[in-house]
Amino acid sequence: MRRFDPLTIVWVLLAAILAFLVINPMLRLVLSSLQAVDTGDWTLANYAIAYGRPRYIQALWNTLMLGVCVTALCLVLAVPMAWAVSRTDMPAKGAIKLLTLAAFVTPPYLGAIGWILLAGPNAGWLNQAWMGLTGSGEGLFNIYSFAGLTFIIALYSFPYLFIFISSALDTVSSEMEDAANVLGCGTLRTMVRITLPLVLPAILGGAIITFLEAIALFGSPALIAIPARFNVVTTQLLQFFSPPVRAEVAAAYAVPLLLITLCLFGLQRRILRRRGFVSMTGKGGERRIIELGPWRWVLLGYSAFVLSLCVLLPYAALSQAALAKAWGRGWHLDNLTLDNFAYLLFRHETAGQSVLNSFYYAGAAACIGIVLTLSIAYIVSRRLLPGANVLGFLCMAPIVVPGIVLAVGFYAAYAPPPFALYGTATLLILAFTTRFLPVGYAQASAAIRGINPEMEEAVRILGGGRIVAIRRVLAPLMRRGMIGAWLLVFIPASRELSTALFLYGPKTRTMSVMLLDLSEEGNFERLAALGFMLLIATMVIVAIGFRFVGRDFMQRRT
Amino acid sequence: MSRLQLHNLGRMFGVVPAVDNVSLTLTDGEFVSLLGPSGCGKTTTLRMIAGFIKPSSGTISVSGTTISSPERMVAPEHRGMSMIFQSYAIWPNMTVAENVAFGLTLRKMPSSEVRARTEKMLSVVRLAHLKDRYPSELSGGQQQRVALARAIVIEPAVLLLDEPLSNLDANLREEMRSEIRRLHDEFKITTVYVTHDQSEAMVTSDRIVVMNQGRIEQVADPVSLYTKPQTRFVAGFIGRTNFLDGLSDGTHIRFDGFSVPADGVKAGPASFSVRPQSISIHAARSADEGRHGDAWWVQAVVAERAYLGEYWDYGITPVLSGQMLRVTAPPATSLSAGQTVWLAIDHRQAARVPAPEACA
Repeated sequence: MRRFDPLTIVWVLLAAILAFLVINPMLRLVLSSLQAVDTGDWTLANYAIAYGRPRYIQALWNTLMLGVCVTALCLVLAVPMAWAVSRTDMPAKGAIKLLTLAAFVTPPYLGAIGWILLAGPNAGWLNQAWMGLTGSGEGLFNIYSFAGLTFIIALYSFPYLFIFISSALDTVSSEMEDAANVLGCGTLRTMVRITLPLVLPAILGGAIITFLEAIALFGSPALIAIPARFNVVTTQLLQFFSPPVRAEVAAAYAVPLLLITLCLFGLQRRILRRRGFVSMTGKGGERRIIELGPWRWVLLGYSAFVLSLCVLLPYAALSQAALAKAWGRGWHLDNLTLDNFAYLLFRHETAGQSVLNSFYYAGAAACIGIVLTLSIAYIVSRRLLPGANVLGFLCMAPIVVPGIVLAVGFYAAYAPPPFALYGTATLLILAFTTRFLPVGYAQASAAIRGINPEMEEAVRILGGGRIVAIRRVLAPLMRRGMIGAWLLVFIPASRELSTALFLYGPKTRTMSVMLLDLSEEGNFERLAALGFMLLIATMVIVAIGFRFVGRDFMQRRT
Repeated sequence: MSRLQLHNLGRMFGVVPAVDNVSLTLTDGEFVSLLGPSGCGKTTTLRMIAGFIKPSSGTISVSGTTISSPERMVAPEHRGMSMIFQSYAIWPNMTVAENVAFGLTLRKMPSSEVRARTEKMLSVVRLAHLKDRYPSELSGGQQQRVALARAIVIEPAVLLLDEPLSNLDANLREEMRSEIRRLHDEFKITTVYVTHDQSEAMVTSDRIVVMNQGRIEQVADPVSLYTKPQTRFVAGFIGRTNFLDGLSDGTHIRFDGFSVPADGVKAGPASFSVRPQSISIHAARSADEGRHGDAWWVQAVVAERAYLGEYWDYGITPVLSGQMLRVTAPPATSLSAGQTVWLAIDHRQAARVPAPEACA
């Protein structure tokens, strides 16, 4: 007979939490899409409505096109830079990496705001400069277009691809290239025939993720596509959620997005599982830097150009507007003011509150997420309970759910009674927790796997129980890893927009929602000021991460 | 008094038996090695003794009290044992002194006594001067000493060592295996030592348990194990050997290419393990009846040779035979390949072993 194990209670508790956070919202999403709203009968009517009009279909088409174009552009931006940084003697690699990291942590919708200031029709800085230089009466760029949207989404998506590809390139031993060189193959041909094929699985895998990120994005499309009068899936979902709220139609409309994500994610995992050759040859192989001669300046110029587009120019435009009385008047001393900040923090009804909300929700979600994922990762890695792998799987499951789809699911599950959590801080915190559970779990299980179980066994054989082992040895050893995991949940949660959008109430606006509201008012100085604060806060947090966890903490692949 | 007893111990991993019906008794203060190739079940056995793995069958008891059985397990922390791990498992967040004192503080000992014992122990392992260092600042050998000190300072009922020297380089390994034996002679703790290295086992142990495929092949002191292996596996695993497989008709034993007087070996298959140094090389069948008189003589041809400094290693094939014999000879004995010689096989030093499966 087996003794009753107190760990069983823990297992049931964790399973219940995950059922609440992951299973129920997804179940409700699918069920509500299949039910008539008043009678609860099974029906496909919601799908008929959701796909009943050409413009709804057009939005889906636009989304897919957007995904493809963004991915293609990201590849053009990321591959040469990744190769240059990882394999060549291009100068100023450190600065390039740092700026890429800055682009990586920039919320895409902030970049979009920066680019509205830069390339808004006629008034944008670049258009002003163009008209000034050529005397033309019309600006060159119009950010409010499909091309404009593609461009700014790509600018803030390519850093992920860059990190993905360059870490794959880092594992390719130079001996692979030397072997080709010895047989008489030149630098360029070696790169095309040997190096790139070796990292092709990583490139494909990263490209799929880029595609998925692009089609799930809400902020930039809301800022660009809506004024440009075209819709994508996410903005269309918003319209289903505008009064009169048709949540069941939104659910039906979201299901295909979920299915696309699910399939492509499965494909990505399959591609990366067959990566074999890259990761196996990586260890210990010495890497030689490829000397490019004068070409290294070309690559540096290219990298600097790309990064000035995604970091330097928009940051400059944003900070100018944030500190200006009227942004169109440019950099003048008498145009400088801190009033935009003062207005937001002290005079605006909800802006100050929204800043606090964002950090409060992100902090709470990070704390809950880390405790949850650490417990589960520990149980899974130490095989403490049968069936623990199911818990691990559930933690990773939200990775296939776009934020906006998750929000629809949470709305369907917890807005109606008996929970009636709509608009509460609790709901936002729980939704954020779920959204970033996979990030947290990947970090937590890496941290735990990094510690030899013998460290704990040594405690136990000397007479300490499991609790002593966790408190005296495991916890101190994992402190760095835990801070890193916390930050990696906190940073994206503090600026999450798409999940918050359908769940916030009058008192629970987040900074990201506030930004969107301000953009509708059209007051770019105040909008920029709020964005500026978010940017500064992000930089400070990343700097803290650098200090306590190490320079590479944002760039570990999960 | 700590008598450790394993009784019919078994452990299945899925349908594969990792440890199969192992019975063994250690007397108080005895040092016993579990020796065998990787995957032979020695580490699983050790971890069952420690309480990290539950047996599928059989029991483990200490001084008559059962601590492990398929029904009941005493948790590792309540067994009063110590263990030294392959990775040392020195806690990097604690200093050397904190590591060593850890087990004592868990026993709620007054801090003055903890300090006194820790310092005494550290000086026994010659680490007193490093007590405030962190493990990352120590060499591999020093970390090993910390692990030893940490395990021994609590005066455990049983000390378990899991391949403790496998991460050290060759010279240090030789030094540390003597150190382990020295500490055992000083503290007389009942010890189980897991290793795949026969010389480690032979230097440290009172008795050696040779394991293969989850089973015990033989339990014996180092000398008997080498000179009187009971199975072909033991003969082959402990040192190098030649197997001579023949058939006895009661008067002669016929080997591959030569035959020798049976000398009382009954009719039937007859197999022997002959160590390379039990065969001597001669230019002619010797007249020196006193020394090699009743050896088995066979004419042979030198097939290959290698000079290893301390001795010559020859591969010599008896005339009319397909089997090459390994023979070692003193450094001065230089023969060239193709030379014809006489071999004297000293069968008093040979061990009778079971015939190979195919002949039996």
